[in-house]
Amino acid sequence: MSFITRGFSGRSRERDDRLPPGQTLVHDFPVLSAGPTPEVDTAEWEFTIRTESAVHRWNWDEFLALQIDEVDTDIHCVTHWSKLGTSWRGVSLDTLFEQVETEQEYVMAHSYGGYTTNVPLDELLDGKAWVAFEFDGQALEPEHGGPARLLVPHLYFWKSAKWVRGLVMMDQDEPGFWEQNGYHLHGDPWKEERYW
Amino acid sequence: MQHVDGNALAGPFADFFSFDVTTATARCNGCGSVGELARAMVYRSGAGTVVRCSTCDHVLATLVETGDRAWISLSGVSAIEVRRG
Amino acid sequence: MSEVSTPGATATPAASAALRAVPRSGWHVATVAAARRETPNASRLELEVDGWPGNAAGQHLDVRLTAPDGYTATRSYSIASSGPGTRVTLAVDKLPDGEVSPYLVDEVRAGDMLEVHGPLGAFFVWAPVAETGDARPVQLIAGGSGVVPLFAMAQAHGDADDPVPFRLLYSARTPDDVYFAGELQRLVGASAPFRLDLVYTRRAPEGWRAPAARITRETLEAAVFPAAEQPRVYVCGSTGFVERVADWLVELGHDPRSIRTERYGGT
Repeated sequence: MSFITRGFSGRSRERDDRLPPGQTLVHDFPVLSAGPTPEVDTAEWEFTIRTESAVHRWNWDEFLALQIDEVDTDIHCVTHWSKLGTSWRGVSLDTLFEQVETEQEYVMAHSYGGYTTNVPLDELLDGKAWVAFEFDGQALEPEHGGPARLLVPHLYFWKSAKWVRGLVMMDQDEPGFWEQNGYHLHGDPWKEERYW
Repeated sequence: MQHVDGNALAGPFADFFSFDVTTATARCNGCGSVGELARAMVYRSGAGTVVRCSTCDHVLATLVETGDRAWISLSGVSAIEVRRG
Repeated sequence: MSEVSTPGATATPAASAALRAVPRSGWHVATVAAARRETPNASRLELEVDGWPGNAAGQHLDVRLTAPDGYTATRSYSIASSGPGTRVTLAVDKLPDGEVSPYLVDEVRAGDMLEVHGPLGAFFVWAPVAETGDARPVQLIAGGSGVVPLFAMAQAHGDADDPVPFRLLYSARTPDDVYFAGELQRLVGASAPFRLDLVYTRRAPEGWRAPAARITRETLEAAVFPAAEQPRVYVCGSTGFVERVADWLVELGHDPRSIRTERYGGT
């Protein structure tokens, strides 16, 4: 029975060729969250990659001593907003995986606060993903995932897990938090892989 | 992101349940505590609605809605008590 | 959820009947009968809602707006009125970065139609002692626009000439920001026992007994029914306000099970 509400247009929506289907451009940075914002002290922070045979660990200082990339990219949220030309600094997953031997092809990203999301390993390598700790020249704010978040800009942004604390390798793809609750296992914005 | 309390669930869940979920009582699978869903903590965003236990933060329920589809999970509660009046 | 629910221990047949009488919610078409300023930052909307089944004091509804391209936005608003009938009053505070509230405060005018879903929520509600059998005093605590559902309870209390003692502790920024100022003053003078305690956080009227300041644990303790009187407490406001007040109430010895809260989000 929905009808158009006189005089209501919602947020302004601009068109741009860089926008995947069904997306609209925003200039602010909406916050989406499934729970309280974890306050993670970098003195306590640790990033791990767990494989079938080993656990690789980096503390904050060791992490910052790795090669740091500057990343300029567009980001696309499944809730229909996109943000173009965002700038980040972070460590490429290629750099992290230089030290990791694994036959397992799937990854579950785990966050402080309990959030999880799944990504195939080959979607994280070859310059496609980072663990980012700076946004727009500033330390990443806690509400946007600081001290560090996953950045997988070619997939919908829920895959870019905030407050990331580690990756667990898996033999098979398994759904993470939102993927168990209706969202697509893969999440390519250009194919509009939003839901099951 | 600020949470609200479980009162906010009344509208989103009313389309799917024939009772008012906010006065229903649930037991948390995480810590075992029992209470009305109106007392739970609710995080609502465009991605979905996440209901958490106010004692232990455990996820009790989620609701994801798109235009013509909805996904409901109650995987964090062991049972819901519905009063028949 | 830390508390065991109380209704099982205390419900009377009358209370169960009152709960059962809460009508099933649905989507309705509402026509704006009147829209006027309530405060410099808020509007009062009188809605005529087709098929509205009436509502209990303290319930809310969801408003859905639809743009020409099909985009929709839905937000919850507490209802300032209660009882049978199809006339519903809202008071809407304009949020600075809001999407729906600026439309409802600045754009909407008499004759406009809105989609509303309700009445919603049977937890944050109050009914007269004649229906519930619950004669404990009632303490209402409002932060800003959180007064809306509490005003509905106070008005229902006055309309029913209910003998249960009522108090409203209401924190507002300035005298200009007080919602339902005239109605609240009339309730103070009505026969149903009602006390109003206003606290101004930014600017108090000339000659006011206290300088403008936020509610503290001490001002809260001085204004509310003591825990020993076992009041039922309803708290509504921003998430921060509600959490501060609820924590203090528990510290002051109030039973968490007798405290009901409604958070608006925001700061």
